[in-house]
Amino acid sequence: MNGSTASHGDMTPMQRLLTSLGHQEPDRVPLFLLPVMQGARELGLSIADYFARPERVAEGQLRLRARYRHDCLYTFYYAALETEAWGGTVLYRDDGPPNAGVPVIRRPEDIDQLTAPRVEDSPALLRVLETTRLLAAEAGGEVPIVGVVMSPFSLPVIQMGFGPYLALMHEQPERFERLMRLNEEFCVAWGNAQVAAGANAICYFDPVSSSTIVPRERFLATGFEIARRTLARLQAPAAMHFASGRALKIVDLLPDTGAVAIGVSHHDDLGALKQVCRGRLSLLGNLNGISMRHWTPEQAEAEVKAAIAAAGRGGGFVLGDNHGEIPWQVPDEVLAAVSDAVERWGRYPLDWCRRD
Amino acid sequence: MSPGSDGLLAALLALDRLQARTLLRDVRARSAPLDVIERLVRPALEEIGRRWEAGDCALSQVYMSGRICEELVEELLSETRQDSEPADADPGPQAQAPRLAIAVLEDHHLLGKQIVRTVLRAAGHQVMDYGRQDVDGLVARVREDRIEILLVSTLMLPAALRVRLLTERLCALSPRPRVIVGGAPYRFDDGLWREVGADAVGLSAGEVLPILGRLLEAGS
Ligand code: B12
Repeated sequence: MNGSTASHGDMTPMQRLLTSLGHQEPDRVPLFLLPVMQGARELGLSIADYFARPERVAEGQLRLRARYRHDCLYTFYYAALETEAWGGTVLYRDDGPPNAGVPVIRRPEDIDQLTAPRVEDSPALLRVLETTRLLAAEAGGEVPIVGVVMSPFSLPVIQMGFGPYLALMHEQPERFERLMRLNEEFCVAWGNAQVAAGANAICYFDPVSSSTIVPRERFLATGFEIARRTLARLQAPAAMHFASGRALKIVDLLPDTGAVAIGVSHHDDLGALKQVCRGRLSLLGNLNGISMRHWTPEQAEAEVKAAIAAAGRGGGFVLGDNHGEIPWQVPDEVLAAVSDAVERWGRYPLDWCRRD
Repeated sequence: MSPGSDGLLAALLALDRLQARTLLRDVRARSAPLDVIERLVRPALEEIGRRWEAGDCALSQVYMSGRICEELVEELLSETRQDSEPADADPGPQAQAPRLAIAVLEDHHLLGKQIVRTVLRAAGHQVMDYGRQDVDGLVARVREDRIEILLVSTLMLPAALRVRLLTERLCALSPRPRVIVGGAPYRFDDGLWREVGADAVGLSAGEVLPILGRLLEAGS
């Protein structure tokens, strides 16, 4: 397929990923580069036009993989796509990701009447499913296709606004619980529709569970239980992604959510995370996408080496950015330098970083 | 931190509004409202900011504790306003206070601004809230209101980068308003605030208080 030419003896991206997730060392560290909007640049389209047609996003992902040789195809459009399904609007801009428009839940009482949308009724969600099918047909099982859901616990930030959501969480436990149940039904249906369309894994974005946003005790009483219930019903392995929120304070709890991997922040110590996770939970991360904007190729190489040195040994590690999407402003040369550096320094056994 | 503000800090982190209120009232019985703010509220809010930045407390605690403080301080100040005759009313820190405004620039995320505004108000400052603005609108408001210090919050990277245009435009005003920026992109790129021409960056909402102190000292 497009860009999947592996040299003799190399693993396919799927084998590479599965070996690493099985806490074994593959041929090299898998790279989940996760460019998203960059597909529009590849196709010479505006960001809004790019996301308007599923075949464009599929083509964009294939071209990006041909260019950077990373180990997955990513069907993520933008987070606000899910609130579109709930009746919300999306605000585009030319130089960055779209954002959600005004909240669909305007007052907490609205939750009492709220019903979850059906996947098949949402043109936006159907576009993603079509992209997934197109990519699955191309990938032929050799390149993992990663789908995305917002967690039931994080989605309300864009369903109702952050301040009102924090107030709901603290002050109206019953309404909060009702919203969680509705969101769980939606999340499971949406995730499994992507699996049925060909996604091999689901990235479950849950930054509200991160310790940047809620303390450990609240996470245990809320986001943790919600993740456990939701991930158990997804028909594919899931990575719990904190979108660059911190996770070190809760990492001991995370294997019990059922996630096979976690997406971790540049604000966390990757080595310290690895110590807790070794053999139990794979790590995805933790390059700082925002600072990538002004990296030199040498810096890109140094950052890649540092991450591999901290977490690469023994497998259980996928190199990527720390947010799950590369900012629009990051130069293509930096992404190419990241990819080159993984090729150069990511080959197992990682003798260069072995200290005995 | 004083022992009193330690107690308040603990109450705030536990989101214990009643305990926080009791602590403020105890100190209020012995001192002026502005002392209560200076000695109790302000150090507690600054410490919460420091802890958040260090990863030792969560945004939900920052937000909820800010709300509690703003409400309690409002209670305190409204009592003072009722108690005192207009003639000898304590003008408070506003007497020589700079003209402050806060806005979100070309972004749809208002929480950061709200939290910073809450901290400012809870610490006894008056601040104009311009809501969401584009560069033109913001420059016009700043000029009209003769703002001396402008606080700008952004969550998305393109919005953070737009601050460059804003600071360039503000340079044409005399005296040039100082600009303090904050929001997630600045927390992931140390040099971004300088790159966009800001005078200071706050990595947490609590930091706004010492930054204001520094800017005022430098300006006087
Ligand atoms: C939780 C979260 C989410 C949640 C909720 C987002 C939301 N608020 O709407 C979800 C999962 C929905 C989400 C989605 C997205 N997210 Co998000 N998300 C986060 C996360 C983890 C926290 C964001 C947040 O709201 N924090 C709360 C605010 C109040 O915090 P804050 O801005 O830092 O403010 C504090 C201080 O900085 C300071 N402060 C703020 N302003 C000011 C001003 C002054 C003057 C001062 C002194 C201080 C100050 O005070 C505050 C309290 O201490 C951050 C990463 C991170 N680690 O912070 C990414 C982040 C904000 N997300 C990001 C992005 C891109 C997105 C999406 C656009 C992704 C996409 N393609 O769809 C969407 C947009 C969603 C939408 N609104 O439509 C990027 C933005 C930067 C960029 N790359 O452009 C971030 C920074 C991640 C990253 N590292 O790149 N996200």
